[in-house]
Amino acid sequence: MNWINTILILAAAFLAVFWEAAFNGVRHLLGAQIDLLPPLMVYASLSADLVVVALLAALGGLWFDSLSANPLGVSVPPLFLVGLVIHSNRELILREQTFAQFVLGFGASAAAPLLTELLLLTTRHVPLFGWGTLWQWIVLSVGGAIATPVCFELFGWLQRALVHNRASQSSFRPDREIRRGRS
Amino acid sequence: MLKRPHYIALGLIVVLTLIISNLSDRTTARLKAGIGSLFLPLFGLASSGRQVAGRAEDTFMSKGELLRENESLRHENQQLRVQAARAEEIERENARLRQLFGWQQQTRSKLKLAKVIARDPANWWRTVQIDLGRRDGLRENMPVLSADGFLAGRLSLVSLTRSQVVLLGDPNCKVPALVQNDARDNGIIGASGPLDSTFVDMEYLSANANLKPGQNVVTSGYSAIYPKDLRIGKIVDVRPVEYGLSMAARVRLGANLNALDEVWVMVEP
Repeated sequence: MNWINTILILAAAFLAVFWEAAFNGVRHLLGAQIDLLPPLMVYASLSADLVVVALLAALGGLWFDSLSANPLGVSVPPLFLVGLVIHSNRELILREQTFAQFVLGFGASAAAPLLTELLLLTTRHVPLFGWGTLWQWIVLSVGGAIATPVCFELFGWLQRALVHNRASQSSFRPDREIRRGRS
Repeated sequence: MLKRPHYIALGLIVVLTLIISNLSDRTTARLKAGIGSLFLPLFGLASSGRQVAGRAEDTFMSKGELLRENESLRHENQQLRVQAARAEEIERENARLRQLFGWQQQTRSKLKLAKVIARDPANWWRTVQIDLGRRDGLRENMPVLSADGFLAGRLSLVSLTRSQVVLLGDPNCKVPALVQNDARDNGIIGASGPLDSTFVDMEYLSANANLKPGQNVVTSGYSAIYPKDLRIGKIVDVRPVEYGLSMAARVRLGANLNALDEVWVMVEP
């Protein structure tokens, strides 16, 4: 496990939740606040191992719920399910492609709030619901889709800045060298 | 395809969620407050940043603009002094009349000013966090007013240093209210749409209610939480509901819930 990558992902989740609660420009402009945890989950499930996915779902969900009127822990399973689906199919995903990142971000950002609302309704909580919810869902999905490639770019840059690349091993072996000429 | 580690991780997450959801309300509230307090330094930083930005803006204001603002504030101050003197006289008269009729004397409400530090990150709730908590004398269910004195909501969760306010229009904030007309029609202020926080629905009004746009809506006092006569807003329009068995009115809120920077908490009603 790459510890710097793990710490960076968790720190980003913490800051994302803080940004969502403290800065409301997007909410005033579009009528909905964009959730940055699903894009982060897409990045984590494609670039880190399952422990990081579980940690991000647990800590990110708990941080989110602590600043929200959500019952504590309700955001954890939807986030983890999104991460689990992507992680289990990661060999089939062209993770370097911006379009693939965009589509994954869209899907994750659409699924996570939907699952959370379903979970709320099944636990007999009554969230705000109406035709406006559809607009909010579109904003969340598109916002998350745009944020995902940005997330990949940002983490790529951070990785290059903070984590030094492993020295590539040379394939040269002196015992396998073909010696030419007579010795 | 899910492998064994995936099932183990899924099981652990399910167990964690089940444990948290089965904790008592008090423990959950404490846990929530504890986790949320991790964000306090960042909220402090954001608040200081805004203050510095505000001061920087003030520094760059032109002298002419400052003089104009000063003049207008002086004018407003004079008007308010006259109004305050009249209000004092009316209050004295009110107290005299109450004494004459043997009614109980009204006490002045004790208010505490709080800053809004965060909004609910989820789009399906309408709550804000304020910077006062239990150590400032706040308790659950205290009414919260906007800076200009309109009802904004109530405290739903109070931790040591911060509190959560559930705002009007949230499904968890129902307020018994009455319309200031001759019949003093009663109803309940309920939820609003997810996008528009300017209007709320007033439900369970009598089918014979004589409601007109522009009539004031205030708290009725038929509740242990909200005292009587707190201003809520004005009627915009009325429609019959439940096949004409009752009426529902759309109420424009007096408090601008989108721009709540500071609120008053009613410590003593």
